[in-house]
Amino acid sequence: MHHIIVIGMNHKTAPVELRERLGADADNPRKALAWMRNLEVIREGFFLSTCNRVEALVVTDEIDAARGSVVSLMARLGRVRTDDLMPCLYVFEQMNAVRHIFKVASSLDSMVVGEPQILGQIKDAYGLATREKTSGVILNRLMHRAFHVAKRVRSETEICGSAVSISYAAVELARKIFHLLEGKKVLLLGAGEMAELAARHLLSHGVSSLMVANRTFERAVEVAGRFQATPVSFDEIGSILTHVDIVITSTASPNYVITRDEVKHCLRKRRNRPLFFIDIAVPRDVEPRVNDLGNVYLYDIDDLKGVVALNLAQRKEEAVKAGRIVEQEVGKFEKWLKTLAVVPTIVSLREKAESIIQAEYAKSRSALEPLSAAQHEAVETLIRSIVDKVLNDPIVFLKERSARPTVNTYLDLTKRLFQLNGVASEGEEKAGRGK
Amino acid sequence: MTSPWFSLALGLYLVAAGGFTVFIIRQHPWVFRYSYWILVAGFVFHTVFLGHGYYRLGTAPVLDLRSALSFFAWCLAGVYLVAQVRFKLRVLGSFVAPLAAFLMSISSAVPLAADTVKPLFKSIWLTVHVGTVFTGDALLCIAFLAGVMYLIQEGQIKKKRLGSMYSRLPSLATLDSINYHAIIYGFPFLTVGMISGSIYAQVALGHYWQWDPKEVWSLISWLFYAALLHQRLAVGWQGKNAAVLSIVCFGTLIFTFVGVSLFMEGYHSFSSMGAR
Repeated sequence: MHHIIVIGMNHKTAPVELRERLGADADNPRKALAWMRNLEVIREGFFLSTCNRVEALVVTDEIDAARGSVVSLMARLGRVRTDDLMPCLYVFEQMNAVRHIFKVASSLDSMVVGEPQILGQIKDAYGLATREKTSGVILNRLMHRAFHVAKRVRSETEICGSAVSISYAAVELARKIFHLLEGKKVLLLGAGEMAELAARHLLSHGVSSLMVANRTFERAVEVAGRFQATPVSFDEIGSILTHVDIVITSTASPNYVITRDEVKHCLRKRRNRPLFFIDIAVPRDVEPRVNDLGNVYLYDIDDLKGVVALNLAQRKEEAVKAGRIVEQEVGKFEKWLKTLAVVPTIVSLREKAESIIQAEYAKSRSALEPLSAAQHEAVETLIRSIVDKVLNDPIVFLKERSARPTVNTYLDLTKRLFQLNGVASEGEEKAGRGK
Repeated sequence: MTSPWFSLALGLYLVAAGGFTVFIIRQHPWVFRYSYWILVAGFVFHTVFLGHGYYRLGTAPVLDLRSALSFFAWCLAGVYLVAQVRFKLRVLGSFVAPLAAFLMSISSAVPLAADTVKPLFKSIWLTVHVGTVFTGDALLCIAFLAGVMYLIQEGQIKKKRLGSMYSRLPSLATLDSINYHAIIYGFPFLTVGMISGSIYAQVALGHYWQWDPKEVWSLISWLFYAALLHQRLAVGWQGKNAAVLSIVCFGTLIFTFVGVSLFMEGYHSFSSMGAR
């Protein structure tokens, strides 16, 4: 009997120092897989290491032995004591392990729920496992189902819908105002990490020109150099406001840098083209009453935080829907897994042979009518011994290999060859999805 | 008896309206696809119905309130279908399809009028006049809907309350551009419609202009739209002001279309058209 176990840690269970130690070496996953391959108790293995999580997924016959060796493997990788590692680890077995992997793949277990990178990271880790030849029938199926679940979650829920960082929320708002950012001009007033990040996002969405202003012109030149932008002096702002479309402010000024009158003054010259202020500074740089002017939109840091909070809440709601999809898929996987054991396969092989005998015997009944009871018995014995002889070799073959790592491949093959239950339903499912 | 073509068109419009409503709530692209093609089917049956009416009456079937509403719904659906092919603005359908279905429902509730047509109306000028006016009206109706959508979206962004419509409605720039283009195309149709009406009046009645209430009100709405265009093109209005004015303008247009025909006497009123 094979068991699926996940042993791992994530941003909730382990401190960043520990995750760093395991993830420090980019070659660690490959090393881990190589060790797994050499371990007798592990049949199939998968190892995922990102900055927020480390997961080892193994298929084994002996749960306790496998669990112990995976933990010591992780301790060796991170060069930490097993006792220090243990409290930070979680262990999931069988369907709980499957559920966990499905959740991780569809980004339900991520720090930022719905972030899309994790799926790519899992695909890479799986690619490595196939190259290192540690994946087998169960792992292959499990990973492909995980990708399928992630795809379903993404298309059937809005979990990846809207921006959950302040700078992205600003870009999204800009797109709701201007539609296309191509050809739009941005003024960056002041400097600062978040403001520059917002400017960078805007540039990557097609904004054509960026101007940078600062109290000290040297600083403006320095920041502009990082973006290949145009530095401008602080005194020009009044006239620049008539040309730009988006203004990001982030100065340390205690007073308003841009007042309502200043903006109102430039509106006529702008011929009412919309103007979007993103005020990231605290205290604020743009007079709040600017928002009352027509075609002018002002979002300060609190407004943007509000947008982000709203989007996060929306994602949480969607996560409930996604949970239902995961449960469905876990159920389907469980069904498939059960068909893999050797004994049920042999039983269903015999059942199939028996049903064929019954059906064919019934067809020939009228021709066999004149025979005596003894002759009837002889015919039946004959049929049964032929069928038994034919089935004997495959059954012996399967039994011999039931303890070997390759058994699942043969079980799967047997089911396909003889069209035993479970395999047919998988084919139907594929056909159904194709429609 | 209600024509089966009419009933089919009405039924399909209602189904499409339901589909488009589901689409704006659930946002599934396949819901849009089905609704769109149901609307297309409804439009085709509606076209057959109008063609049959034209053949039967010998002139455009627009001479009573029932037919006029149905003809307007047809223009609206047609203009939307063309706009959809050109601009791919799916959410607009969620506003247009229910409106078309609504107009058709009212139309179906109005009793059938007599089938006979005064010889006066058996003129190509009637078809040209009503066809251009209604196409213009339909375009200006799209401008009105885009204006309403603009105000909803603008209100959400200004007040920083990004509700459920925020993600469903297009960007402000898109809505403003629909509003603008619909008026730019709609206004010439309205103008041609009025000129052709005037020529028709000269041919049929011997006067270009005789201060009929409909004529006066059309002129008023035409002036409103001319003012809106002037503000947009010369003064550089855009966004909220333009959206509000396009809604006001459409108000005068609706009054000209429905109010004047029903409540004011004149040769444009439906009661005078039916009389023999």
